[in-house]
Amino acid sequence: MARLVRMDGSGHSMLAEWTERDDEAFEAAVAEFRRQLDEGYIGTVPDGPRSATHVRELPRDAELVILRRPIAGG
Amino acid sequence: MAQQAALPELASVPWRARADERWLLRYGRLWHAWTVLYTVPFLAAGAAILVLAPIAAPVALVALAHAWIIPELYAFRGASVVRPKGPRREGVAEPVAQGFLGDLLGHEARELHGRTGLALERAGLGAWLVGEGGALLVTQGGRRVHCFCVGVTDRGLPPSDRVAHLLLALRTDEEGFATVANHAFAGAPWRVRRRLPVAMRPALDAARARVASA
Repeated sequence: MARLVRMDGSGHSMLAEWTERDDEAFEAAVAEFRRQLDEGYIGTVPDGPRSATHVRELPRDAELVILRRPIAGG
Repeated sequence: MAQQAALPELASVPWRARADERWLLRYGRLWHAWTVLYTVPFLAAGAAILVLAPIAAPVALVALAHAWIIPELYAFRGASVVRPKGPRREGVAEPVAQGFLGDLLGHEARELHGRTGLALERAGLGAWLVGEGGALLVTQGGRRVHCFCVGVTDRGLPPSDRVAHLLLALRTDEEGFATVANHAFAGAPWRVRRRLPVAMRPALDAARARVASA
C-alpha cells in the first residue's frame, strides 16, 4: 500500500493511500497531491538509504511520497 | 514520474554559484585567511606595546583580548546555527514527528539524534549534522567544519519535523542544499565544538570520526 504523507504541525498527516491496481484510489491521491503542490508543498520520494527524489507528479509505483515545506537560508 | 535532480528551492537564489567541493575549499581558505587577518594585527600590536612601553600593558591586554574574542564570536555564530530555536511545538506532535524522522534515519543516526538533537548524514561533500534551523558540514578528513544557517519556512512545525525537512532536502540535492543555505562560518572543529551546547558535542565527534574513517 503506497502512502501520501504530509509533514505538518501535527507531526505528519496521511493524506491518501493507493495500490498500483486501484485506479480510483490513485486518482484521488493524484488530485490531493496536486492540491498540496498548489498550496506550496514539495513532493519528495525517499528512494534509498540516503537518497530522495523531488517529484512534480505522483509516482504510482512509489511506496511513500512525502510532502514537505520549502527550505530557505536563515 | 516527473523527477528533478535539483532542489526546487534553488529557484529562489539564482544568483548563487553552486556550492560544490571546490566552492567549500575556497570558502574554507577565505575564512582561514580572514581569521589570520583580524587576529595577527591585534597580537602584533599587543606584543609591540608590551616590548616598547611596558607601562601601557593594560592597552596591550585589550589588544590581545580582541585577538581572542573576535574569533570566538565568529565561532559562536557558527555553532549557533544548530542551536534549538523558534517556538517549541513539543506537545503531541513532537513524538509523532520523532517517529517519522526515526524511520528516515538508520539505527545509529537515530540513537545519536535522540542524544544530541542532531541527525548525522554521510554524503558526498562530507558528514552533515542536521539540526532544526541549520547544519554543520565536516570536511577535509575532519579538519574543517562549515556552518550553514537554513530552515523550514513554516515555523509551526515540531522540532523533529524541521530536521526531517532539512534531511529530505539534503538527500534530494546535497550541493543544492548547501547553495540554498546561508554559509555562516568555516573553521577548525575545536573552535566550533567548544561553542556547541554540551549535549551536541558528541555528534560533532561522531561526524569527524565518520569523515576520518572514510
